[in-house]
Amino acid sequence: MTAAAAADLLPATRNALALLLLAMADDEFVIGFSDSEWTGIAPILEEDVAMSSLAQDELGHAQALYRLLAELVDDGRDADGIAYDRPPEGYYHARLLDHPRGDWAQTILRRYLYDTADSIRLEALAGSSFAPLAALVGKIRREERYHLMHAQTWLERLALAAGEPRDRLLDALSRLGPDAGTVLTPLPTETALLMADITSATAAEQEARWRASIAPTFERLRLPPIPPTADPGTARTSHSAAFHELHAELSSVRRIDPGATW
Amino acid sequence: MSAISPDRIVAQAAIDAEDVRAALADIPDPELPVVSIAELGILGRVELGPDRVRVELHPTFVACPAIDLIRATVLDRLAEIVPGRPADVAFVFDPPWTSDRIGAQGRARLAAAGIAPPGPTAPGGLLVLDAIVECPRCGSPRTRLENLFGPTQCRTIRWCPDCREPFEAVKSV
Repeated sequence: MTAAAAADLLPATRNALALLLLAMADDEFVIGFSDSEWTGIAPILEEDVAMSSLAQDELGHAQALYRLLAELVDDGRDADGIAYDRPPEGYYHARLLDHPRGDWAQTILRRYLYDTADSIRLEALAGSSFAPLAALVGKIRREERYHLMHAQTWLERLALAAGEPRDRLLDALSRLGPDAGTVLTPLPTETALLMADITSATAAEQEARWRASIAPTFERLRLPPIPPTADPGTARTSHSAAFHELHAELSSVRRIDPGATW
Repeated sequence: MSAISPDRIVAQAAIDAEDVRAALADIPDPELPVVSIAELGILGRVELGPDRVRVELHPTFVACPAIDLIRATVLDRLAEIVPGRPADVAFVFDPPWTSDRIGAQGRARLAAAGIAPPGPTAPGGLLVLDAIVECPRCGSPRTRLENLFGPTQCRTIRWCPDCREPFEAVKSV
C-alpha cells in the first residue's frame, strides 16, 4: 500500500519516517555545509567550482528533506526552523560527518565513503511506500551519480600517487574508517520502517551491500579495508567539538536576526 | 475588484488552461535566459478551475536556486491573466525533470548561445561519460570533459581541441 501524504500514515509509521528524514536531512546538511568551507580555497580552481556545486546540491537535498519532515510533523516549524533552530546536541547526523573537513584527502575520502553509503540507502528507498519520498529520492539519485564519479576519480588519483597524497589518504582512512559505517547504522525505529515498506532493506543488509560495493575499489587501490563500526550505539547521538564549532558557524546568521525573511 | 469591466469578465470567462499555459510558456529561465521554462521542460501541468489555478514546475536540480524566482514570475503572470484567482504553484519531482525534457527548439537555442545541449540519457538515467558532445562553435566531435561541475548545477565544462577553447554543456541527467 502506498501513502500519498502524511495523513495516510499510522502514528508509529509517521514517527519512524520522521526519524529517517531527520537522519538523512542532517547528513546532507552537515556534509554540505562542511564541504562548502572549500569555496574559495580549494587546491585548484576546477575543484573550487566542483566542491561548491557539490555542497550546493547537498544543501538543496537537505532543504527538500526538511520540507518533507516539516509537513510530516506539522508542529509549526518550517524547513529553516528545523535546520537551524536546534542546539548542537539535537542534530542526528552520522558520526562520519562529525569530523572536520580536514585536508583535501580527508574531504575526498569522506565524500567517497558517504556517497557510496548514501547511494545504497537511496536505492533501498527508491520504491518507498511513502510516495513523496520515493519521488524525491528518484530525483536525488540522478544527481548523486555525478557526486559518485567525482569522489571515485579523486580517490584513485590520491591513492595511486606515491608519497604525500597517498600518505595523507591513509592517515585520513585511519581517522574516518571506524566511523565510516555510521551512515548505515540501524535507526531505533527500523522495524516500523520495514513493516510499512518505507524502505526495502534492513540497515544490516544495506551495510553489507555497501561494504561489498567498495571492496573491489579498495583492493585494487591496495587500501586497508574499512573496520567494523566503532560504538554503533551512539552513531548519531554523540557529537564532537568540531561539530559544535561548525554548528556555531552555520547558525550564526540565523541567530543574529531570528525569523528574518530573505 | 470594481475596476473590472464586463468585457474583461467575458474575456476571463473564455480563458482555458491552454491559454494560461501559453501565457507562461515564454518566461525565460533566469540562469539560461536564451531558453524559456517551456523549452527547458520546467513548465509542467496547468489546471484551471473556477476558483483556483494550479501550475506544476519541475526543478532541473533539487537545489536549483532559480526556481523560487521562476515561481514568483509565474505568480505575477497568473495575477495578470486570471486576476484574483487563488494560485498554487507547486514544485514536483514526479515525474522528475530530466534533460530529455528539453525539446528540439530549446536544444537549438542553447547551441546557438554556445552551450552544448545534453545528449540522451541512458536507461535508468545513467550519464554516458564517453558520449560524443559536439563543440557548439565549430561542430568538432573531439571535445572532452573538463569538469563534471560548472557555473550552475545543470552545466558541465568541456574543452574543444580544435577551437582550443572551453565551453559549457548542459548535463545529461
